[in-house]
Amino acid sequence: MAAIALTGLTKDYPGGVRALDGLELDVADGEFFALLGPSGCGKTTILRTIAGLEEATAGTVVIGGDDVTRLPPGRRDVAMVFQDYALFPHMTVTDNVAYPLRIRKVPTAERRGRAAETAGQLGLTKQLDRRPGQLSGGQQQRVALARAMACHPRVFLFDEPLSNLDARMRLEARTFLKRLQRELAVTTVFVTHDQAEALALADRIAVLSDGRVRQVGTPTEVFRRPANTFVASFIGSTPMNLLPGTVTAGARVLVGDAALPAPVGEIAPGTPVVYGIRPEYLRLTPTAGEDTVTGEITVVENLGSTQLLTLEGPAGTVQVVVPEDSEAAPGAPLHVVPRADRALLYRPDGDGELLTNCPTPGGAAPGA
Amino acid sequence: MPADAAGLGRARAAAFVAPALLLIAGFLVFPALWTIYLGMTDYRLTGLAAAEPAFTGLDNVRRALDEDQFTHSLGLTLQFVVGSAVLGQALLGFAIAWLLRERHGALRRLVEALVLLAWILPGSVVAFLWIALLDREDGTLNALLGTPGTAWLVEHPMAAIIVFNIWRGTAFSMMLYAAALSSVPPSQLETARLAGASSWQQLRDVVLPRIRGHVLTNLLLISLWTFNDFTPFLLTNGGPGDETEIMPVFVYKTALFNGELGYGAALSVLMLLVNLVIALVYVRLLRAREAAS
Repeated sequence: MAAIALTGLTKDYPGGVRALDGLELDVADGEFFALLGPSGCGKTTILRTIAGLEEATAGTVVIGGDDVTRLPPGRRDVAMVFQDYALFPHMTVTDNVAYPLRIRKVPTAERRGRAAETAGQLGLTKQLDRRPGQLSGGQQQRVALARAMACHPRVFLFDEPLSNLDARMRLEARTFLKRLQRELAVTTVFVTHDQAEALALADRIAVLSDGRVRQVGTPTEVFRRPANTFVASFIGSTPMNLLPGTVTAGARVLVGDAALPAPVGEIAPGTPVVYGIRPEYLRLTPTAGEDTVTGEITVVENLGSTQLLTLEGPAGTVQVVVPEDSEAAPGAPLHVVPRADRALLYRPDGDGELLTNCPTPGGAAPGA
Repeated sequence: MPADAAGLGRARAAAFVAPALLLIAGFLVFPALWTIYLGMTDYRLTGLAAAEPAFTGLDNVRRALDEDQFTHSLGLTLQFVVGSAVLGQALLGFAIAWLLRERHGALRRLVEALVLLAWILPGSVVAFLWIALLDREDGTLNALLGTPGTAWLVEHPMAAIIVFNIWRGTAFSMMLYAAALSSVPPSQLETARLAGASSWQQLRDVVLPRIRGHVLTNLLLISLWTFNDFTPFLLTNGGPGDETEIMPVFVYKTALFNGELGYGAALSVLMLLVNLVIALVYVRLLRAREAAS
C-alpha cells in the first residue's frame, strides 16, 4: 500500500520565494493523480519534494505510512520519469533499464533478464541493444518508463511525461500510459500544464496556482463544477465565459441587457455575481428574447467538427461553440441561449469562489 | 557549401590571403625550419663556430641521446608534467568545479576569482610571490608552519615547483570542467540519485562518460603547456644542481649560458617530437572514444 500524504508542506527557495505554502494533499493508493496548473504554480516543486530532490522547508511527506520527509531520494522507493527522459546516452536500452538494479547490486544475469522482460512489456524487445540516440521520441519515453518500472517502486512520479512528443504521438502515448497505470496499479503522480491531458489521464486532479491548491476532484467534478473562477477559466479546451451580472427577481441574473436563468438559490436580488457558462452550453436561437445573449460575431475559429464564435454585445465578450454546419460570418448578429442547468455563479471578489448554494449541475457528486 | 561562397575568384582570394601567409611564413615556418637546420650544425654563440658553423648532420641528436643530462632532464620533465598537470591541475580543477557546481553567489565568485588570479598574474610576479612564500629566512610558509630555517626550494625543489605549477595552472582545468559539468543534464544526475547512486557512482556512471572528451582535451592542453613551461626557472634556476632542470630550462642553459646554439636547437627539435608524441596519444584516445559512441 502506498498512499501519499502531504501535510503542511512549505517550500522556500533562497531569495525569499515561497513556492509552496502549507500545502495539504492526499493521494490514494493506486490512484492516477494529476498536478495541474500554469507554469510557476509549484506543481513541479511538489513532485520533486515527494521524490526527495527538493527538501521541504516545513511539513511532512508520508509514503505508504512511512514518514520519508528526511530520507534521501534513493531510499524513498519512488521512480521518476523526467520531461527529457534523462536516459544515459552512453548506455544501451538494457543497461539504462537495468541501471537502478545495478545500483542495488542485483547480479548481472538477473538484472539483464528483468530489464529485458520489462522492456519487452513495453514493446522494446527489438531495441534492447540500441543506444537512446538511435530511438524515436516515443521509444525513448518507453525506455524511461521501463527504467522506472524495473525496480517495482511504490510510487511513480511523472514530470510532464507527454510534452516532448509530437501531437499525434502524444494521443497514442496518453492512452498507452493510462492503460499501463491501470495494469500496474502503482500510485502515480504526474505534473502537467495541459488541462486536456489531466482530464484524460487522471483519476483525480489537483488544480494549483501560486503554490496553493485551488481545487481537488475527479475530472468530471473539476470540469462541471469548478470551485472558483481560476479553475473555471483554466479547465476546458475553451475557457468558460465569466460575465459580471446582478441577481434579479425570478431566479435570474441580469447580464448586460439579458436576464439569464441561473441557480440563484438563496442569493438576495441586487447581489453582484459572476455568471459562468461554458461556450459548449450556449445554443443558437433564431430570435432574440429576454433570456438570450445577443451580440455581433467578431471572430470565427474553425475547430473541425465545431466552430468557436466570439461575440461582442451588451453582455461583453462571449464565446460560443456551434456545430460545424452553422453559417456564421463575422459581422452578423447572433442570439444564443444558455443551458440553465449548466450555469454557475461565482463571487465577483476575493478568490471568486463558487457560490455554495448552487445546486450541483448534471447531478454530479459535490466537489471533494 | 559552394566552393566559392564569396564569389571572389581564385586570384583575388589568393591576394587577400597572401599577407597572412607571408607573415606566417616569415615568423613561424622559417624560424622552425631554421631551428631544424641549426640543430644539424655546431653553431655557437662565440668563437670560431660562430663565424663559420660546420654542418654536422645528426651528431647533436646522437650526443643528446648518449648524454645522461638529456635523459635526466626528460625524466624530470615527465615527473613535472605528471605531478603538476595530469594529477595536480586536472584533479584539483575537477574537484573545485564539482564542489562549486551547485553553488552560486559570493562563495563561488570568491573561489573563482582567487583561482583565476593565480592564472592571469604575470610569471615574474608570481615567481616573486613564491620566492617570498618559500624563503628560508623570512618565508611566509615557514612562519605559518613554524619551521624556521627550512629552505624549501633547496630541500624539496621538485615538490616545490610541482605545487607551484598546480597552484598557478588549476584555473584552466577548473573553468573547462565547470563548463563541461554544466552540460550534464540535471535530470540524469537526479535519475541516478533516485536509483540510490552515491556521489561516486553518479560521477562514474553519469558525469565521466559524458565529459570524457573534455577531460582528454584538457589533459592534452595542460600536458603540452606544462611540458614547455619555463616559469619554474624563475624559482629554482634549474637547481640546486640540476634537480629541477626540466627540458625548457635545459635547452635555455645549453643554448644561451653555454652558447651551444646548434646543440640547443637540436634539443628543441627533440622536445617538439616529444610534444608530438603526447599530442598523438591523446588524439588517438579521443578518436577511439568517438568510434565507440
